[in-house]
Amino acid sequence: MFINNDVTKATANDVTKATAMLERHVVQPNDAGHPIILSTEDLHVFYGKKEALFEGDLQFGSNQITALIGPSGSGKSTYLRSLNRMNDRIATVTGKIMYRGVDINQPAIDVYEMRRRVGMVFQRPNPFAKSIYDNIAFALRLRGTTDKHELDEIVETSLKQAALWDQVKDDLNKSALALSGGQAQRLCIARAIAVKPDILLLDEPASALDPVSTSQLEDTLLDLKQHYTIIIVTHNMQQAARISEYTAFFNQGRVLEYDTTSQIFTNPQVQVTSDYVSGNFG
Amino acid sequence: MKTKTTQQLEQQLKRHSKAAKLEIWGRTISLTALLLIVAVVVAIIGFVASKGIATFTSNHVNLWDFLTGKSWNPNITDANGKPEVGALPMIVGSFLITILSAIVATPFAIGTAVFMNEISPNKGAKILQPVTELLVGIPSVVYGFIGLSVVVPTTRAIFGGSGFGILSGTCVLFVMILPTVTSMSADALKSVPRYYREASLALGATQWQTIYKVVLRAATPGLMTAVVFGMARAFGEALAVQMVIGNAALMPNSLVSPSSTLTSVLTTGIGNTVMGSLQNNALWSLALVLLLMSLVFNLIIRLIGRKGRLQ
Repeated sequence: MFINNDVTKATANDVTKATAMLERHVVQPNDAGHPIILSTEDLHVFYGKKEALFEGDLQFGSNQITALIGPSGSGKSTYLRSLNRMNDRIATVTGKIMYRGVDINQPAIDVYEMRRRVGMVFQRPNPFAKSIYDNIAFALRLRGTTDKHELDEIVETSLKQAALWDQVKDDLNKSALALSGGQAQRLCIARAIAVKPDILLLDEPASALDPVSTSQLEDTLLDLKQHYTIIIVTHNMQQAARISEYTAFFNQGRVLEYDTTSQIFTNPQVQVTSDYVSGNFG
Repeated sequence: MKTKTTQQLEQQLKRHSKAAKLEIWGRTISLTALLLIVAVVVAIIGFVASKGIATFTSNHVNLWDFLTGKSWNPNITDANGKPEVGALPMIVGSFLITILSAIVATPFAIGTAVFMNEISPNKGAKILQPVTELLVGIPSVVYGFIGLSVVVPTTRAIFGGSGFGILSGTCVLFVMILPTVTSMSADALKSVPRYYREASLALGATQWQTIYKVVLRAATPGLMTAVVFGMARAFGEALAVQMVIGNAALMPNSLVSPSSTLTSVLTTGIGNTVMGSLQNNALWSLALVLLLMSLVFNLIIRLIGRKGRLQ
């Protein structure tokens, strides 16, 4: 599936304006072996009457990391939060969100079941005031898993996948609030993957972390890519460049550019993107 | 060796400006206000304590007899020549009515707070908040009067007897402490950070599961504080209780038999005694018990608050 819908208002074949930048440039991913697992069609988000996201048509390949970048207020978090319907009670979301061929943005969808497949990790590490073990077992117990061995096993694999096991294996019954910021965030990732989701949404997961923790978190995400499709909102452009295959640039509620990460950072087609990634604004 | 400009600068910097003077003035005022309040509290405690202790020092009543005696009639001396000042019926009455009204009020209060805060914040803010505040503003004599003309006859019709008693008192106090417990519970729920709820919802928990497993758990210290505050209010309430409890200084043997609380005996009795007499001193001792219990409630609230912070 190759879709190249360059919505271009500048005339691309105008040779005299070879340097003219496009206003919008969207290349959907089509990597072999990475079928599209999630896509949005004509997605609009309204807070009351104010439109926060005008149009978000993006496709996401499975087992890849896609970064959503853009200045504050550009709608990237709003877009991300719409993907697992976290905006349900806050905003009105119209359009289609196709997850493996099913539109999950319709009232008939059981959001609780859906969120088990599309998990989310937030900007601020938000472990519950419970033990490390109970944090991870939380969602499993809600779903009726009571078997101690099964829980033990999932807690261990989740923590291992989130690269936290070695640090906390002797303190599983201690309060999760005693963890450092980076550890707490990895606990949140472990908690999210304990229910074995398909897709992991991360909303600026490293913005509250120091550089060392950030780097560890990025390594973890790169490992997790084998099992999960990851969509990450980040303010940190180096981070997007380091870990993602595809990058979408948001500005003022619109996706201005979407392409492979290397393309976005080395050869942006849209002036605003170019300005943003080169640090001229934002 | 200072140049002239340095001297000028030093002078300017060391001059007490108007702002600096205002600063001192402001501090003095707030410190005075604080000291005044501390003085009032200390004076009240000191006064009540000195009067309350007189029963045991000048009238030579045994403290143990006072706290465990079951017969209250300061005008009469018993066979051993000791005055009958057993406060146990009132102490039991007070605790019983406090605990019962808290038990009845807590589920309603927490339920209302959950509705206001979690389920329908808009309606909660528009309708329930003003209603709750209105309930706080109703004078206790009005509650007592409604209790007297509605609750007592109803109790009488259902359970027989006079209708006066702990059950009627509980009904009235339940309504009286409901707004306090509700609004404090709502505050406790409000202080649970939004990201707790988001974390739970993002894991696929339903809203009810989120409320039950995450929000209420996180708010537990605050909710406990709310209940203890309600209990403190119930314990100290005098007028409305006095109007419906029957005011018989007897050990309550059923919830519908006339009995009394520390406060109701105080309000009915204090005007009819002579200062310095045993009858008067005994009432002051009851007041002292009441005051100490209030302090204990306060202490519990503080302990809960501290424990909540440490978690």
